[in-house]
Amino acid sequence: MKKSVTTAVIVLALLALLLTTALCGLNLGFIQIQPIQEGIVLGLDLVGGSEITYEAQIPAGMSREEIDSGLEVAQSMLRQRLNGLGYTEASVYMASGDRIVVEIPAVDDPEQAVQQLGKTAVVTFQDADGNVVLGGGDIKSATYSHGQVSGYPVPVYHVVLNLTSEGSEKFADATEVAAERMLEGKNYISIVMDGEIISAPQVSERIYSDSAVITMGTNATVEQVRYLSELISAGQLPFSLEHVKLQSVGASLGERSLETSLMAGLIGLALVCLFMLAVYRIMGFISCIALLIYGSAFAVVASVAHINLSLPGIAGVILTVGMAVDANVVIYERIKEELRLGKTLRYAIDAGYRHAVSAIVDSNITTIIAAAVLWIFGTGTILSFAQTLLIGVVLSMIIMLVFTKLLLKTAVGLKITNLKAYCA
Amino acid sequence: MKENKKTFDFVKNFKFTGLISIVLALTGLVGLLLAPFGVFLFNFDIDFVGGTTMQFEMHQDVTAELTAKVSGIVAGATGVRPSSVIKAGDAGTQVVIKCAELSSEMRDAAFEAVRAAYNLPETDSPIKSEFVSASVGSDLKRSAVLASAIAVALILVYITIRFQFFSGLAAVIALVHDLLIMLSVYIIFRIPFNMNFIAAALTILGYSINATIVVFDRVRENIRLEPEKKFGQIVDTSIHQTLSRSVNTTLTTLFAIVLLVVFGVDSIRNFALPVCVGVICGCYSSVCISGPMWNLFESKKKAA
Repeated sequence: MKKSVTTAVIVLALLALLLTTALCGLNLGFIQIQPIQEGIVLGLDLVGGSEITYEAQIPAGMSREEIDSGLEVAQSMLRQRLNGLGYTEASVYMASGDRIVVEIPAVDDPEQAVQQLGKTAVVTFQDADGNVVLGGGDIKSATYSHGQVSGYPVPVYHVVLNLTSEGSEKFADATEVAAERMLEGKNYISIVMDGEIISAPQVSERIYSDSAVITMGTNATVEQVRYLSELISAGQLPFSLEHVKLQSVGASLGERSLETSLMAGLIGLALVCLFMLAVYRIMGFISCIALLIYGSAFAVVASVAHINLSLPGIAGVILTVGMAVDANVVIYERIKEELRLGKTLRYAIDAGYRHAVSAIVDSNITTIIAAAVLWIFGTGTILSFAQTLLIGVVLSMIIMLVFTKLLLKTAVGLKITNLKAYCA
Repeated sequence: MKENKKTFDFVKNFKFTGLISIVLALTGLVGLLLAPFGVFLFNFDIDFVGGTTMQFEMHQDVTAELTAKVSGIVAGATGVRPSSVIKAGDAGTQVVIKCAELSSEMRDAAFEAVRAAYNLPETDSPIKSEFVSASVGSDLKRSAVLASAIAVALILVYITIRFQFFSGLAAVIALVHDLLIMLSVYIIFRIPFNMNFIAAALTILGYSINATIVVFDRVRENIRLEPEKKFGQIVDTSIHQTLSRSVNTTLTTLFAIVLLVVFGVDSIRNFALPVCVGVICGCYSSVCISGPMWNLFESKKKAA
């Protein structure tokens, strides 16, 4: 009796600890657990936002190193651009198949983001007749600077194009040709970006230089020239970025998704508990406590593992509740059967668990196999489903097998031995 | 062993229960068999084939007339006629437009055209917008097929280790049965066939095998207890002994899933409905199909 009281107190204390950890977090100095709201990452389908995928269009014959370094540049370019556009909470990461994924939470106009982020600027130098004299490949890099530029009375912000040695040669030749056409009034070289002439400086002699300057007027701001230089740098990526996938959910729909799934989950949980109480009485009550322990433990694990919870993930959680209860039903039905055969309560409980364990373990392992494969091979939302399912099945199997047995024995120890309470 | 009060002999009535299953599974089977010939009964979602879907709030009741008009407006703005425009949302005031791949600019143009035509508020933007290029679609399809194939193969290996050949075969037939009925549901209810199907199917696979294992476990146990009894009788007794478990488990799982169907938003409902059907099928097949099927194999073996 005394031992059973101790066990009951310990289990309830454990439940209280798990529950407060899940809701309020835990800080023991050496170990810190965030509360569930901060620990888990809600998917874009629950908070609203956009996931934009770009794919690098790799030209044939490019080496793996070149591709990888290009992808690095592309990622940092996207990050800079996201910051520049004010999407400070956005994240950028690589996905398989030379794809770069950009996630922007709570974005109002995803199409605008898609268009601005994916922009590259291809700069060419053209003569007066529109012939390209210098192409994107001749530009090594683009930076920006502040200082005196010929033609301006005051220092201005401007973009500096660094030319390759071949580019410098071409530039020298082109300026020489252009200078000779002074009488026609065609002695200028246009700097053209995306089909638009952004400046057309006049030349009067052959210029040999490893850099050229693009000015944007005296009022140019540092942001403007930085943005332009980044666009040009992006244009120097050895490949272009093609927008291949978009998933965008408005904030209100996301909110509704979260609300309705949580509501469905809570009502479902309540119904399951009522059902278990009605059908299995004291054993059902123990299931409810075990479910609470399971729910809190799941929240703590999810928070520690920082899982990304999306809509299918919630479905996965709800499913694991169903499966957790299943383990109980298998055991309890067996206990009832043994009791009907006239066995004692203690014997029936032992026999119930002994007979049910193989079926429960077998069936959970098949689910674990399915979830693990989905975890390894799945992408996107499926991943979230696989994670919650796997964590849930493993946790629920342990808790249902260990805790319900412990609690049942405790109940017997506490002299709750009227067989009616066990529905026999 | 205590005899249960029998009201229904599952083994003897296999003819009828099997027939029901065949009828239900037929649509899915036909859909599956026609697929390699380029006839697709499934409502393939853009996940697998590429394309665009957009969901707009129209602020009015969506009628057939309105969907036709929206389709025309989108076609006019983008030059691409939507493959479908359907009513959506809880209040039925939203439309889901599905069409071939559209660039970001064209998607913008489509929404602006609809906004202008219906005087939608300036602050509105598409509720939902998805775009998948054909190349990403085929990649997703490949990884989905790969994942399912590996999962099914591993589950089969596990069953073969745990059971003898005939019971394993019977369990697999029950699984195929469940999947075919789920496919029927996808075809009949025009549920978008996408990555969520893979998740739903594998969930049901695990769930249904779970139910079958509980029954078979009992059969093995009863064979040990009463080796002289006829196999058919043992199977029927085992099914009856596990019946309340099968029903109660299905009920508790359904409580949760049905609520998702009732309350959930469209995308979650499209996942929950097939799972719901799968859970019921899994219960039905583990009670009515897998055990009697095992008995059928055993009797054929003895006859041979």
